Amino acid sequence: MPSLKDLRNRIASVKATQKITKAMQMVAAAKLRRAQEAAEAARPYAERMEAVLANLAVAFEGRDDAPKLMSGTGNDQVHLLVVATAERGLCGGFNSNIAKLARDRARSLIAAGKTVKIICVGKKGYDALKRELGHLVLKTIDLRSVKNVAFSNADEIGREVLAMYENGEFDVCTLYYSTFKSVIAQEPTSQQLIPAQFDTGKAEADDSAVAVYEYEPDEGEILADLLPRNISVQIFRALLENAASEQGARMSAMDNATRNAGEMIDKLTITYNRQRQAQITTELIEIISGAEAL
Amino acid sequence: MAELFQFELVSPEHQLLSAHVAEVIVPGTEGEFGVLKDHAPVVSTINPGILKVRNDDGGWTEYFVRGGFAEVSSGVLSVLAEQAVPVSEISKDQLDLAIRNAEEDASDAKDDQARQKAEMTLSQLRDVAEALKTA
Repeated sequence: MPSLKDLRNRIASVKATQKITKAMQMVAAAKLRRAQEAAEAARPYAERMEAVLANLAVAFEGRDDAPKLMSGTGNDQVHLLVVATAERGLCGGFNSNIAKLARDRARSLIAAGKTVKIICVGKKGYDALKRELGHLVLKTIDLRSVKNVAFSNADEIGREVLAMYENGEFDVCTLYYSTFKSVIAQEPTSQQLIPAQFDTGKAEADDSAVAVYEYEPDEGEILADLLPRNISVQIFRALLENAASEQGARMSAMDNATRNAGEMIDKLTITYNRQRQAQITTELIEIISGAEAL
Repeated sequence: MAELFQFELVSPEHQLLSAHVAEVIVPGTEGEFGVLKDHAPVVSTINPGILKVRNDDGGWTEYFVRGGFAEVSSGVLSVLAEQAVPVSEISKDQLDLAIRNAEEDASDAKDDQARQKAEMTLSQLRDVAEALKTA
């Protein structure tokens, strides 16, 4: 049985923890709003880009002269997984969910006899993967010093991936991140970057809006110019989604922690009071029985 | 009074402009072209350069744009640029930095094609610097 003093200390320490988790929750809520705004502001660009590329892709479907970024190398032996996670922990299952999705994929690829290479964006993803797949990680990109993700950060990663592709270091590139559904729901997502995949069905469906474009320069050159840019844009979008998801996940995790701390304080207070009363009763009995004995 | 049409200027980070304007001059890869109301649907990549917008009141606003493309469809012009900054906000330092980067690209280029491309970007950036100086 812990003494009264021990209980008092425990209550004080849980209260201190609760204050911290509550503060973290509020910070996450404020950051979430900003991250969400950034993600929304970036949406028009990515969507337009996709629409135009989908239009172009229809024209090039099945043609031999389609750019390699779209048609692939005709091989799928070497896979590159780009795993984007957060730089910090304490955000529930956010990091481990993304890492798990990537790990499952890597396992099944290895089982199928493929070669797997991994690039980690964010320290936590590397921490989660290094025990089992550490030898496959080519490099970790550190964004800890970056407060708000800018396009130039994504562009740097995009260029690196492209350079590797041009050197023939991999055949298929897949990006892992977490889509922001709502504050309480984030979904780990995988997206194939190379060869690029487009929702060509959608472009055909609203054919009337597609009209006959005049292309300047011709389609091939535009496609060759836009496809590499699209990689960076998709990575940028993924990083922004990730940033919003991270804050959302942290907010709900810290909300839970604050609630749990509250429950724990209540329980400890009850124990504390019971014990205090028991002690008083014992003292009274001692005094009374002492007085009776006289 | 010129007829107005919808114009959108978008960078990856945010939408810079969405307004009804009278005329836009876009620095296309195959030369500058002007867009007025009811322009035919076109998709064109753009060069680093100055994008000029004539507003409702006839005044011009200028933007520095780099990398991306312009699209006209159903009467709406959208310019998607990797970088888009109002000329009034552009600082000389930024431009100098871009030029320095391009110079590095040109000297680091592995093959002739890449070098040619980098040198082209470099000359375009210098044009912009020139244009800004005279403006």
